[in-house]
Amino acid sequence: MASTVQEPPPTDPHRAPGSGQAGNGGWRNLVPPDNDRQAVLDYSPPPTSTAIWVVLFAITMMFAAFTSALFVRKGSSLDWQSFTLPPILYFNTLVLLASSITLEVARRRIAAVIGDLNSQVNGPAVWLYITLFLGLLFITGQYVAWLQLRGRGLYLATNPSSSFFYVLTVTHALHVLGGLGGLVYVLHKLSKSILRRNQLDATARYWHFMGGLWVYLLLLLWSKL
Amino acid sequence: MHDMLAHAAQHHAPPTSFLRKHVFSLDHKVIGKQYYALALLAALCGMVLSWLMRIHLGWTNAAIPGLQLLSKTGAPGGVMTPEYYLQLMTMHGTIMVFFVLTTAPFAAFGNFFLPIQVGAEDMPFPRFNMMSFWITFLAFLVLMSSFFIGDGPTLGGWTQYAPLNSVGAVGGPGEGMGVILWMISIALFCIGQLLGSLNFITTTLDLRVKGMSLMRLPLTAWAWFITSCMGLTAFAVLMPACILVILDHVAGTSFFVASNLVINDQLQPHSGGSTLLWQHLFWFFGHPEVYIAIVPGIGIVSHILITSMRKQMLSQRVLIYCMGALAVLSYMVYGHHMFVSGMNPFSALAFSFPTLVITIPATIVVLIWVFSLYGSNFRINSASLFALGFISMFVSGGVSGFFLAQPSIDIMLHGTYFVVGHFHMVMGVAAMFGIFAGTYFWFPKMAGRMMNETLGKIHFWLSFVGTYCIFMPFHYLGMAGNIRRYSSFPDDYMQSLIPVHQYITVAALITGAAQLIFLYNLIHSRFWGKPAPDNPWEATSLEWSTATPPPFDNFGGKHPVVYHDPFQYGVRSSVGDYVMQTSPEQVQTEHDEK
Repeated sequence: MASTVQEPPPTDPHRAPGSGQAGNGGWRNLVPPDNDRQAVLDYSPPPTSTAIWVVLFAITMMFAAFTSALFVRKGSSLDWQSFTLPPILYFNTLVLLASSITLEVARRRIAAVIGDLNSQVNGPAVWLYITLFLGLLFITGQYVAWLQLRGRGLYLATNPSSSFFYVLTVTHALHVLGGLGGLVYVLHKLSKSILRRNQLDATARYWHFMGGLWVYLLLLLWSKL
Repeated sequence: MHDMLAHAAQHHAPPTSFLRKHVFSLDHKVIGKQYYALALLAALCGMVLSWLMRIHLGWTNAAIPGLQLLSKTGAPGGVMTPEYYLQLMTMHGTIMVFFVLTTAPFAAFGNFFLPIQVGAEDMPFPRFNMMSFWITFLAFLVLMSSFFIGDGPTLGGWTQYAPLNSVGAVGGPGEGMGVILWMISIALFCIGQLLGSLNFITTTLDLRVKGMSLMRLPLTAWAWFITSCMGLTAFAVLMPACILVILDHVAGTSFFVASNLVINDQLQPHSGGSTLLWQHLFWFFGHPEVYIAIVPGIGIVSHILITSMRKQMLSQRVLIYCMGALAVLSYMVYGHHMFVSGMNPFSALAFSFPTLVITIPATIVVLIWVFSLYGSNFRINSASLFALGFISMFVSGGVSGFFLAQPSIDIMLHGTYFVVGHFHMVMGVAAMFGIFAGTYFWFPKMAGRMMNETLGKIHFWLSFVGTYCIFMPFHYLGMAGNIRRYSSFPDDYMQSLIPVHQYITVAALITGAAQLIFLYNLIHSRFWGKPAPDNPWEATSLEWSTATPPPFDNFGGKHPVVYHDPFQYGVRSSVGDYVMQTSPEQVQTEHDEK
């Protein structure tokens, strides 16, 4: 005799799902039935892991819109004037990529510290400070690039090519500033010893994405401007 | 270092201060109510604007008392100028599409019920959730402020086509600061909805309670999840488009204004911009927006119909797949809004085909509803009546979509009232009926009191008949060649159609007045309605298994475990012909017993 009752999907309380992994019977609530918050942290990946992918997707769509606008605008008229990119952009690229490396070193060290109750947090923090410095250096470098273009008489409205240069680089820089805010947040949490692994991972993922996005933008600007 | 693991940062304590409890609340239920209140306010504004437009269309030279107070230049002596008509039309469309059809079925109901339906105690990012509402509210204020500055709001329509949107004040009243405020408002709205989508997606994926697998989510939860995915993609494209328009205005760039453009005898300083670029960017958002408005309605109506039928749908899984197909296809059909834009004619074919294809999942959804109704023990109430009304509107408006999907026919009908009738029925009124259905269904859980059923049924019949009286004649007007967006039809062949416009105006005034019954019912029931039991509709999803209204953490410190699919009706259990999702009870279907 058939019955409509269905048992909940099996769960394994000892399995710790990886970030972004769906399931464990759907048991991913923040608070378990017995209100043991400590226990749920072990098994339930916080939504930050999913959220960062959502954020990155939205940013991707935004820059995809700008990119398609650039292609359409360039193809729709003959007023497009190419110009040479400021050389400092290549230096900035190296700085941003280097910051990704230092952040990855910090992330791995902090991850190791989180797994070892006797470790000290000062070591990894240094690498985070270096990342922060490199991030600020990148923003400063971008500002210098804008000044150099200005010195060459290329303003926002001078030509559609310069318009897109400023729009893309400023928008990217604003997102990098957001990443710097994330780094400051991580440092704050780390200093109070309340940093969670997923927060660190999400910040690192965002920062690496900013690096990848900049390389894409540089190639786009280099090939189209 | 062990302290690093000792904090569940997302959880927040019950609020104690007035501000945190009622204004800047982090509670998803309060935020849901705030969104609903905003949508209600916006709907009233939008409705009043439509009344003003309709009066002007019926009696062009009539002075509307008090209108001159809103704009001395736009309505001298209370008589509307053609420009002011377009400004009101623009604001009506913008308010209704963004601040009513998007906020009410998605942000309002979704915020209140999605976390409860998945068994969570809140959204994972409550602060983002709060910011989402207040940014949306700020967007509304910015938009409305354009009524009170300079020469008033923009007159470019809710689509804000280029180059009119980028040329500045030379384009007409409101085309300077009015456009800038419109763009700022919509960019803010995009940010608010992106933050909302972030919460909806993570809530659905990460906060499901034990036993709540994806296929055990109620159809409403699926609808909100799919809608949030659409919103994430669409609003992330509209926002940069708005930024580019603002730059054309304030920075002198030339993204959207072509060279050698002369407006009002003035050569524009821009060069080489692409007017089609705006349309591509806008409609990449704009068509999915249609489904952002309607898919939550599909979920709400399905949910209510199943509860009223007391049996399962023919295939809930297929319904979910159809909603997903609508979402995906909505990005592939946007070019059908541009058949007359001057884009490559071959592109029209490419967009026409998926436009016809998208009718397949929509038709399947309707067929599932209709055939599921066969043989059901249907319970008639205000919510289920509006759900049935939704089907009627969706079908009536959808059928005219078949005509418009053909480029050759669309070229004839695109600039006429046929299109106005089509999108008002399939997107506007159908979505509104979904909102009404959801309100009558969930009000007991949201407010803890029942709404008046008699008033609800009167509201339904007046709205249902009134809506057809308003929008079906639009189709006839369109076929007769009545051009849309014109403020009057004084001395040409369209003059003979004015009596039809007058009839529509009377119908609109009566139907609009009928909404006051709903408003009275809503407010009166909120304070003096009969106290609602926990599960007045004998429904099965998780929101009906908790107290009415739900406690701060939704389940009173307990966390449910889910044992069943979301709609177990037509069974024999200890409580009746249904079994709650949270009940571990062994139940049998009538089929099993035989």
